Amino acid sequence: MEKIKCECGHVNPLGTVLCEACGKPIEGNQHIDGNENKKLLNMRYEGSARRSKTYTSSFIDKIWTFFSSVKVGVWLIVIALIASALGTIYPQEQYIPAEAISRDPAVFYEATYGTTGKLYYQLGFHDLYGSWWYMILLALIGVSLVICSLDRFIPLYRALKKQRAKRHETFIRRQRYFSETEQVSEDEITKVKNRLRKQRYKISEENGHILAEKGRFSRWGPYVNHIGLIIILIAALLRQTPLLFLDEYVWVREGQQTVIPGTKGEYYIENKEFILEIYDESDGEIYKDALEMQGEAVAKNYQTNAIIYKKKEESVVGAEPELEVIKEAEIKMNNPLKFDGYTLYQAGYQLDEFDTMSFKVHQTDDTDKESLGTFTVDLTKPDQTYELDNGLRVQIDQYYPDYELDKGEPRSKTKFPRNPAFVFLIYPPEENKPEVSFVGIGRNIDPTNENQYKLGIADFSMRDVSGLTVRKDYTLPLFIIGAAIFMIGVIQGMYWQHRRVWIHPKGKNVLLAAHTNKNWHGLKQNIEKAITDTKINLVEDQQELEEEVKKKGGKS
Amino acid sequence: MSLLEISSTMLYTAFILYLIATGFFGATIKSKKQKRGISEKIGITLTIIGFIAQLVYFITRWMASGHAPVSNMFEFVTAFGMAMVLAFIILYFIYRLTVLGLFALPVAMIVIAYASMFPSDVAPLVPSLQSNWLGIHVTTVALSIGILSISFVAGLIYLIKFVDQSNRSKRTTWLEIILFTLFVFIGFSVISVIFNFIDYEAKFQYIDGTNEVETVYEMPAIVGPHDGTALTEDAMKPWFEAPGWMLGKDAGRKFNTLIWSFITGLVIYLLCRLIARKRIGAALQPLMKKVNLDLVDEISYRAVAIGFPLFTLGGLIFAAIWAQIAWDRFWGWDPKEVWALITWFFYAAFLHLRLSRGWHGEKSAWLSIVGFAIIMFNLVGVNLLLAGLHSYA
Ligand code: HEM
Repeated sequence: MEKIKCECGHVNPLGTVLCEACGKPIEGNQHIDGNENKKLLNMRYEGSARRSKTYTSSFIDKIWTFFSSVKVGVWLIVIALIASALGTIYPQEQYIPAEAISRDPAVFYEATYGTTGKLYYQLGFHDLYGSWWYMILLALIGVSLVICSLDRFIPLYRALKKQRAKRHETFIRRQRYFSETEQVSEDEITKVKNRLRKQRYKISEENGHILAEKGRFSRWGPYVNHIGLIIILIAALLRQTPLLFLDEYVWVREGQQTVIPGTKGEYYIENKEFILEIYDESDGEIYKDALEMQGEAVAKNYQTNAIIYKKKEESVVGAEPELEVIKEAEIKMNNPLKFDGYTLYQAGYQLDEFDTMSFKVHQTDDTDKESLGTFTVDLTKPDQTYELDNGLRVQIDQYYPDYELDKGEPRSKTKFPRNPAFVFLIYPPEENKPEVSFVGIGRNIDPTNENQYKLGIADFSMRDVSGLTVRKDYTLPLFIIGAAIFMIGVIQGMYWQHRRVWIHPKGKNVLLAAHTNKNWHGLKQNIEKAITDTKINLVEDQQELEEEVKKKGGKS
Repeated sequence: MSLLEISSTMLYTAFILYLIATGFFGATIKSKKQKRGISEKIGITLTIIGFIAQLVYFITRWMASGHAPVSNMFEFVTAFGMAMVLAFIILYFIYRLTVLGLFALPVAMIVIAYASMFPSDVAPLVPSLQSNWLGIHVTTVALSIGILSISFVAGLIYLIKFVDQSNRSKRTTWLEIILFTLFVFIGFSVISVIFNFIDYEAKFQYIDGTNEVETVYEMPAIVGPHDGTALTEDAMKPWFEAPGWMLGKDAGRKFNTLIWSFITGLVIYLLCRLIARKRIGAALQPLMKKVNLDLVDEISYRAVAIGFPLFTLGGLIFAAIWAQIAWDRFWGWDPKEVWALITWFFYAAFLHLRLSRGWHGEKSAWLSIVGFAIIMFNLVGVNLLLAGLHSYA
């Protein structure tokens, strides 16, 4: 590879704009950083040789150049921004309200929002953040991030490592902060040097030339934060795989024990009790107004008192598994239960579901309704038939756990016993022809009006049901690491700055120049402090911002 | 006096102090002297005392309610205004720029006045909000957007000085629109106070989803709730109904308030223009004589440099931690969450443009205004237009 040798003796890589060691502009490369016809040098990457600016002919070069452009990066970010905003115009699929006309997105959007809603659905915006193109957009940002960072980090690192205290005069004169002072004594220079040291600048010297530098590590901030972002993007990708991420939901009734889905039958949960608490007077005078305004009950706590069991290793296949208690806990909102890598969250509930229902049989014409026998139906696991004491046999013909009439047809709204209703067949002793009877809450219908026996609800019991989400997420640590690295990187890059001051003796005179990657105000204060009561002139800001104002004057 | 009474008195006190302090900052602008004058000292002292008063509001309210007072819209927006004042105080001591106070304090007051639109009763926390992470998340967010707002204030100052007012241009028009928007917020405060004073009230009933709900208008209804019926007999009849696509809670009432604010703002704006006989931007420009554009630009950028990491921490990371604990997922694409992400994307783009494309000065100033607009949209617009989980907010 060709190299460029500077007059100071340092050998620079091809494409270098400012010599890594002395900063002298390298002829023929000044267009790269736009230094031509400019008073000031572009110091953003120290004039180091970046691949994207040096090699531009092959196909790979072109791809590299494309993705290493910050302009492209910003466009990607802006496109992601606009796309994200589009997704908030109407609710996303998962936020279609429970009371909506239909929870089927194909129906919901058009029915609720008309033609625009239909279009929204057809364009796939109802699941925008899960769409392939949104993923690709994020992936492109990731690619851009990596290439962009590599393109700059390596040469920048080289340049900052190779820099020397002694700089070329042109470099000094073409810094934004610059001053020249005539007839300066050694003592005064030493004074300034010591004062800079006191302000925690690191001093290096070379033949009377001084470089005072601090906060160089802040230059790595952007690269560190980009690494954090990459880790987060990778974590998001991994989360799509079922290996590392489990998401299940389980309903458990009070008093019931059930296997926890997603655990390969290894763990069981028992719901001892579900508790719903509401705010009331006992919670203090202070909430009175707010509660009154709300007008409805405000929940205070949702809680499941649960026992977690684990299957014993030696359980025999097919037999009832032997279980051992591993944890007993209260699962509340904001207080999930963790065990062996799984997490259970209090996510939903159903109050007052029917548990059992008892029925009584009597003669239809018996005004005393004397019992001929009773039976109890377990509403989650009803038996097919029930034999009564006096030889009566009751068979369940139809069971509607959550009964409703839909256009004259009986059906069950859900599979949960919230409003149970039955069609019973009653076989009198020694008979084969049954009587038909329909019984539900507040209903007792004899379709033939000739029934000899009548069934009535004698008793029932109720219980609550807890809805719990089951999660296992091995990508979480990765997200946490990514976020932490990102934060370290941004803070490193934002709350510290890389400041340098060069003192350049020239005969009896002294040239003073300074550079920082941000916060010029702070740098100027440092210098002011360092040069007080010395002859040395305060640096001037050579960036002609005020000039520009005069030139353009804000005319459009 | 109960703690809660002390608390609200302190909030009033802070508001009044900020108002007076603004006057003193205004006085520093006119003075010819370069030296720091007495009015500047009084201005910053009053600001600090005002901030302490607001801190007392915060602490006493915390003690009274038993949870960090950032759990509903009133508390959150008030905290936002407070954070803005804090950010101003910090940046004042770094840069000593008084004109910043002249603009930052009124914007903070506008924000606090806006907070008062929401019910200020102490509300009990529903289970999902019963987490320390809520307080940590919301406080950090308030702090970060308070700081980011100072970027907007500095950007605005930059533009008022920079934009050529000698004849009308696209720039002057946009600047005027921005200033007019501030008038709308002032209009909101004025009209709220007026109708509050005459104790106006009109009740409506409407269907929210599947529930019949009642809503109380505190301003005459120009726009009624969607499919609503009036319950108060002799109240003004709405001229029209809120469109169905406004999905937020109580959208009709909020939209009505917006219209009233707009009208009042317009009246005040027109009056000011009549008196000044020129664009508001042009009238303000002479106040900026002493302003150093470079310094203002630097402040605007510095505010983003400080605010961006804080926003990432509070608005995204802490939010995610809380969501993970409360809702079993750290990210759920809820509109408010998405808009936090948009804000974050925007400021990331801002930083990259500034760093690599050299968008300093004017361009950067316009961007800082767009950034603030996004923040305000998340505060005002999302609640009005979009339905979501953060319905407390
Ligand atoms: C959402 C995604 C991104 C975020 C949050 C982000 C964040 C940041 C931050 C905070 C900085 C430091 C800015 C400063 O110090 O003022 C930075 C710098 C930088 N970013 Fe990004 N970035 C993102 C995407 C990208 C992409 C896609 C590219 C590639 C085109 C890129 C390239 C750069 C470069 C080149 C720097 C400046 C390094 C320097 O000049 O010292 N970033 N980024």
